[in-house]
Amino acid sequence: MLGDQDRIFTNLYGLHDPGLGGARRRGDWDGTAAILARGHDAIIDEMKASGLRGRGGAGFPTGMKWSFMPKTVGERPHYLVVNADESEPGTCKDRDIMRHDPHKLVEGCLIASFAMSAHVCYIYIRGEFFNEAIALQKAVDEAYAAGLIGKNACGSGFDFDLYVHRGAGAYICGEETALIESLEGKKGMPRLKPPFPAAVGLYGCPTTVNNVESIAVAPTILRRGAVWFSTLGRPKNAGTKLFCISGHVNKPCNVEEELGIPLRELIDTYAGGVRGGWDNLLAIIPGGSSVPLLNKATCDTILMDFDSLRDVKSGLGTAGVIVMDKSTDVIKAIARLSKFYKHESCGQCTPCREGTGWMQRVMDRMVVGRAEIAEIDVLEKVTRQIEGHTICALVDAAAWPIQGLIKNFRPLMEERIAAYKAQKSLPMAAE
Amino acid sequence: MAKVTVDGITVEVPNGSNVLQACEAAGKEIPRFCYHERLSVAGNCRMCLVEIEKAPPKPFASCAYPVADGMVVHTDTPMVKAARRGVMEFLLINHPLDCPICDQGGECDLQDQSMGYGGDTSRYHENKRAVTNKDLGPLVKTVMTRCIHCTRCIRFSTEIAGVPEMGATARGESMEVGTYISKALSSELSGNLIDICPVGALTSKPYAFVARPWELKKTDSVDVLDAVGAAIRVDTRGSEVLRVLPRINEDVNEEWLADKSRFALDGLKRRRLDTPWVKREGKLARTTWPEAFAAIEAKLTGLSGDRIGAVAGNLCDAESMLALKHVMAALGSTNLDCRQDGAALDPSRREFFTFNTSIAGIEEADALIIIGSNPRHEAPLINARIRKRSLMGAFPIAHIGVAADLTYRHQYLGGTPQLLAGLRDGSNAFASVLRGAKKPMMIVGQGALARPDGAAILAACWALAAETGMLTPDWNGFNVLQTAAGRVAGLELGFATGKTLAQMLGGGVDLLWLLGADEFDAAAIGPNTFVVYQGHHGDRGAARADVILPGAAYTEKNGTYISTEGRVQRGALAVFPPGEAKEDWKILRAFSALIGKPLPYDNLEALRMCLVQENPLFDRLDILPHFGCSDTTGPVSVGAVGDALFEPAIENYYMTDPISRASPTMAACIEAQKHPKTPAESAMAAE
Repeated sequence: MLGDQDRIFTNLYGLHDPGLGGARRRGDWDGTAAILARGHDAIIDEMKASGLRGRGGAGFPTGMKWSFMPKTVGERPHYLVVNADESEPGTCKDRDIMRHDPHKLVEGCLIASFAMSAHVCYIYIRGEFFNEAIALQKAVDEAYAAGLIGKNACGSGFDFDLYVHRGAGAYICGEETALIESLEGKKGMPRLKPPFPAAVGLYGCPTTVNNVESIAVAPTILRRGAVWFSTLGRPKNAGTKLFCISGHVNKPCNVEEELGIPLRELIDTYAGGVRGGWDNLLAIIPGGSSVPLLNKATCDTILMDFDSLRDVKSGLGTAGVIVMDKSTDVIKAIARLSKFYKHESCGQCTPCREGTGWMQRVMDRMVVGRAEIAEIDVLEKVTRQIEGHTICALVDAAAWPIQGLIKNFRPLMEERIAAYKAQKSLPMAAE
Repeated sequence: MAKVTVDGITVEVPNGSNVLQACEAAGKEIPRFCYHERLSVAGNCRMCLVEIEKAPPKPFASCAYPVADGMVVHTDTPMVKAARRGVMEFLLINHPLDCPICDQGGECDLQDQSMGYGGDTSRYHENKRAVTNKDLGPLVKTVMTRCIHCTRCIRFSTEIAGVPEMGATARGESMEVGTYISKALSSELSGNLIDICPVGALTSKPYAFVARPWELKKTDSVDVLDAVGAAIRVDTRGSEVLRVLPRINEDVNEEWLADKSRFALDGLKRRRLDTPWVKREGKLARTTWPEAFAAIEAKLTGLSGDRIGAVAGNLCDAESMLALKHVMAALGSTNLDCRQDGAALDPSRREFFTFNTSIAGIEEADALIIIGSNPRHEAPLINARIRKRSLMGAFPIAHIGVAADLTYRHQYLGGTPQLLAGLRDGSNAFASVLRGAKKPMMIVGQGALARPDGAAILAACWALAAETGMLTPDWNGFNVLQTAAGRVAGLELGFATGKTLAQMLGGGVDLLWLLGADEFDAAAIGPNTFVVYQGHHGDRGAARADVILPGAAYTEKNGTYISTEGRVQRGALAVFPPGEAKEDWKILRAFSALIGKPLPYDNLEALRMCLVQENPLFDRLDILPHFGCSDTTGPVSVGAVGDALFEPAIENYYMTDPISRASPTMAACIEAQKHPKTPAESAMAAE
């Protein structure tokens, strides 16, 4: 269990002053100039050594991502873009960072931008985060006023501008290239890769897109050292992570814990346990709606980190833990997710545009059982036919929950179909 | 170059190519919907998936994946086949199966590829999507339910046409392609949307439900409705021209065609002259060929050659102009003119009246000044080429003339020819841009030449070109943009001698032979001048005529044309002229026999031999030598450059000749332009 002395987000619950004064008391903006004085390479090396993996869902090593940027600024300027378009169902970690600890993010933006020689950073914040945008803008204004960012940021001689840009309400704008498109004022549609943003990103310039949490933990890692961070968690899954526990638990909460904590311990310790006791557990989606769900047997022993969850063909994702007890109609729950992905598909690639609608319609029928048993296999095949065939990963996220459902709850689906047929006691018309 | 192995076949392709191009080089067909060679890569249809060795085990969109040296690609693995079948299934679940009533049927990419790569049954049992149709104006018909969201039309209008009016609204399944605010497309290239749409979502409105592609006879020809000389294919059934489509000619039109050239064809069936007419007691009456000829012969009796003149129109083929010239010579007349607008074109040297840089050459230029021209209306395809060059970057463009949206970024200098002086003495800032450029070019339009001080302007333009390094032994940046398809051939044949048109008017001649000449004020012809009109439409010239000889339109004769860039091309007979009408050179040949001075050719081959004798250029079919300029002596200047503002060479793009003036479709385009529909009317029209 993570000790208080190792917590990074010490005002996660908003009990203290989120302003600059409060942030400074918690250690933010302490010796920032000295960190910058270490130089670009030292910062990137330290981040690499810390083993921090991106907190936005894919878990790509952050330090390595930073090192992909061109070493020297050529004709085109570099940009850092912070992805604060947190829209993943079941996830609300970035929201609390921006509400209660925005200075961690602002300081992180400065350090990360410095490390990548970006003089301008944009924070693309989800449009619905109205109050958070205000809180964040306040922190940015405070930092400007205190000379922490802006011309000669922190007295380091480095000029740095930070802009908060509000999105307009599209889940897909959390995908890094769609976010860049949206930031440029275009329709939020993912771009083809290659070229990757580190080569051709915002306005055609080298760009790195990082999650809020990845950036917000960077200053603390650099202050306390890569060794400290890497000893937390498990090998290759270093450090602490914000977990968002929601659903059928007694006390839904956000909590910072070490990676690799057993799922059951996480829920029992912080969320007051599953409603009606652990045995009342039906399934858990461990990483936001985009990853396949885990059945209870897996939940009993699984450790919450990138690699452990990948090994059971799920994923840590954003660590949005959605707990479902036995009162849940799991088919309906997954059907709701299908509806979400159908609604949020950008419409660019054929498999996603057409497939998400197809899956949603079949799932809607599966909820009531108005289907044939064979259609479960068709549905499964459709999810296979979709995944990996598109520009971005949205459609994978749409396919996996259904695959998880079929893998773990196929008998329930068949039962539902049989029950519907029995109730109607009508021969199904040949469709 | 990168070595790529496709299904065991190793090919070398340039670095920066995509995998799809490599597969094509290896002779492998890759199905695709969104990919188009001339548009940016969207990579969204996911039909062109292939498998690449040593890459993650998933299919890759070959159109969007760059090649690498040593890459090994497979296009026929089970994974690829399954992926294609899957995409095909997805495309079809919401695509209506209305092929029997779809105009795209028979030439539909979706139809063809579903036969080639699709499954045989559908597993989709839900309701299909239906989409509201959009009104894109009088040329493009929409059935948006058929749209497969390939975004080719959006990319075409944004990138090639330069009118960013199309786009997609909403997202996912609800995504709809349209014009955002329900308006007619304002492009002169909108017809190309029909060609690039891979399905039946965008089809031709005038051609709706007219014919099936397999019923049509296809004749390769060239377009004459502007002077670009675009390659076209004329689709006919029986005696009717039903459709005109572009053919690929990389040097001229690439694969695009302007709207007038594509849609004015319904004018070929209206107001046609299909029988000879003679004026009796002030009224035109139908007659026969012998009587019509007799009437002309009677008038000719005792007339000296000096009192006879001939004017060739804008759509004339070289053969008929040569025949007319010979007839005139037989009558002792050298009064010939092919410049109806009175443009001060100096026929003494080819470089003074052609588009010397060549259309493809625009892509090599690095600075451009446009003088007295609006290429968007005078030659939309040349304008598209300028836009293409402009998008490549580092191409400063200045415009002197009537301010207009040319679809590319340019600097508008003003509307007076006096600006030329500033450019020549360097006081105008753009002069240094031209001087600093390696391959600067200039386009001089008819708006700059068809005016009293035209000769002075032409000379000043040439001088400016010479002074700014446009005329060197390897580069000729001086271009005259013609608007008439017959003009260059006329000048090459010496059809500009003796009295000019202005001198022939007002009683300057007693007999005026108009060969399809309709673009001047016929009321200015002297009241006692006897007018013979030989042409295909009952237009301005025919209205004033004393004798009408019905000729053939460009789709009805084998004719040679020289485009504005000096390219000799041949149009072909696709249908026969209507009624009593005949091919024009044959009419003149018959008339020459009647007056006892038969022309020395009885067939087209002999006539074409004469053409070559007249000017060896006619032997150089389709070949455009790269003109450098070795002689910088300019055309003769007459008088001084005035200060009257430039005026447009073309009043309305959609109606510039007898064919387009007779076309209801072109009339509808003008109506749509002058009285745009309100969004509500537009929505009504779309349904």
